[in-house]
Amino acid sequence: MKQNLKPLADETQIKPYTMNFGPQHPAAHGVLRLVLEMDGEVVERADPHIGLLHRGTEKLIEYKTYTQATPYFDRLDYVAPMNQEHAFALAVEKLLGIQAPPRAQAIRVLFCEVTRILNHLLNVTTYALDVGAITPALWAFEEREKGMEFYDRVCGARLHANYFRPGGVAMDMPAGLAEDILDWAENSVPKVIADLESLLTDNRIFKQRTVDIGVATKEEAFEWGFTGPMLRASGVAWDLRKNQPYDGYEQYDFDIPIGKTGDCYARYLVRMQEMYESIKIIRQAIEKMPKGPVKVDDRKVSPPSRAEMKSSMEAMIHHFKLFTEGYHVPAGETYAAVEAPKGEFGVYLVANGTNRPERCRIRAPGFAHLQALDFLSKGHQLADTVSIIGSMDIVFGEIDR
Amino acid sequence: MKHFFNAFLLTEIIKGMALTLKYFFFVPQVTINYPYEKGPISPRFRGEHALRRYPNGEERCIACKLCEAICPALAITIEAEPREDGSRRTTRYDIDMTKCIYCGLCQEACPVDAIVEGSNFEFATETREELFYNKDKLLENGDRWEAQIARNLSVDAAYR
Repeated sequence: MKQNLKPLADETQIKPYTMNFGPQHPAAHGVLRLVLEMDGEVVERADPHIGLLHRGTEKLIEYKTYTQATPYFDRLDYVAPMNQEHAFALAVEKLLGIQAPPRAQAIRVLFCEVTRILNHLLNVTTYALDVGAITPALWAFEEREKGMEFYDRVCGARLHANYFRPGGVAMDMPAGLAEDILDWAENSVPKVIADLESLLTDNRIFKQRTVDIGVATKEEAFEWGFTGPMLRASGVAWDLRKNQPYDGYEQYDFDIPIGKTGDCYARYLVRMQEMYESIKIIRQAIEKMPKGPVKVDDRKVSPPSRAEMKSSMEAMIHHFKLFTEGYHVPAGETYAAVEAPKGEFGVYLVANGTNRPERCRIRAPGFAHLQALDFLSKGHQLADTVSIIGSMDIVFGEIDR
Repeated sequence: MKHFFNAFLLTEIIKGMALTLKYFFFVPQVTINYPYEKGPISPRFRGEHALRRYPNGEERCIACKLCEAICPALAITIEAEPREDGSRRTTRYDIDMTKCIYCGLCQEACPVDAIVEGSNFEFATETREELFYNKDKLLENGDRWEAQIARNLSVDAAYR
């Protein structure tokens, strides 16, 4: 049979092949839409399109009193709600020139670290799920459930806590909760982390999918504004809890795990190690837990207790004033940042002397990390983009705000 | 040498499989049979709203509208006028449950513990309209859940 071996005259250009990834893809961790320019299986350019979960939080906060604004922070990074309230509470406290009482600070630290464990458990295991391991997610979600019961017991909601308030926390911890958290952190969590480690750390499939994938050098990490585990995996020992301690973090003894290689595997290792450090902080926070009030003793900022409000006319007036008008924050601007599980979560707050903020700008760590997706995934295969997204720990609540 | 053996004998994979099988056979089941079994709920749980009454049957709400003022989602609408006996009571108390974000600020604001977020979390409806609660619905919730709500409040009284 005679074949025509001449090339076709009207050849069509199919390279680079543009492909849409998400927003409904389960490996996109939420509503990430990626436009990928592919050369075969190799990614040439990754263009993240964001905004599908935009709710206008920053603008909404301008129209809410300071008390009403706290619940909005839970809904940014909904995997680590309390850490974000923490940033807002610190910003408002800075402007008001007050400080939470020691017990409130210890409770905040305690719950920030519980949240860090919950966040890392979710991230590490869903990341493993993305690269093909289902079992870790099943185990860690059981552990997360226990952790969220503590949330439920302290504030009444499993996720959207509304617990940290400017000037302290909403309510004291119920009796017995500290002991249960300690028991969970000392006996239950380390076992699960150890099991996850034995499933993943040496696993050749997991390593093939993560080692040397998405490498960010120290310089690149600085250039792209990495923070948190992403920065530490690139070998920079930077942790706001150490470098710029807030709410008494300087009293706690813990280490900053850092990675050497800056690849997806290093990020996984850093997160695993951070959970052990969080357990250390939880133990110290519970052992040192001071007694005393959990709200600042200033009736112009924090509402009186129920018993006081029922018996004292002045307290009643304060109660009514605080729940209608709220408190006025002196004019000024400030930036308060906390080490959220995902990185530096900052709140830039401009107050104009009224009961509402003039402007509340939120710095989300995930936003800076997502920008780096293009250079991290360049030259890697499509499936590696999924590992990179998983290792970045992005949550769309905070990126789209 | 050790690495060579590990690479060929799939040690880490076998270890992982052994662990998974250990969980499969020897770790007790943790899932619960949901509609029949439920997880524990704390007394502070913020679920479906209810309007409470005093033991003599009089509604607690005095229409001070603190909850309406504090609600970040603007989910509460109240209208009020004095009754014949001169007491101030609401004529309309609506909560749009589709707007509510369950932050618990309304029950914190309420000076008479009238509006509370109870322990019920199973109030899904088939239509959207059913989630626009009016005063009758909220009072009915209060009557139905009063025992539980009163227990929750008494457990938590020391902390509020």
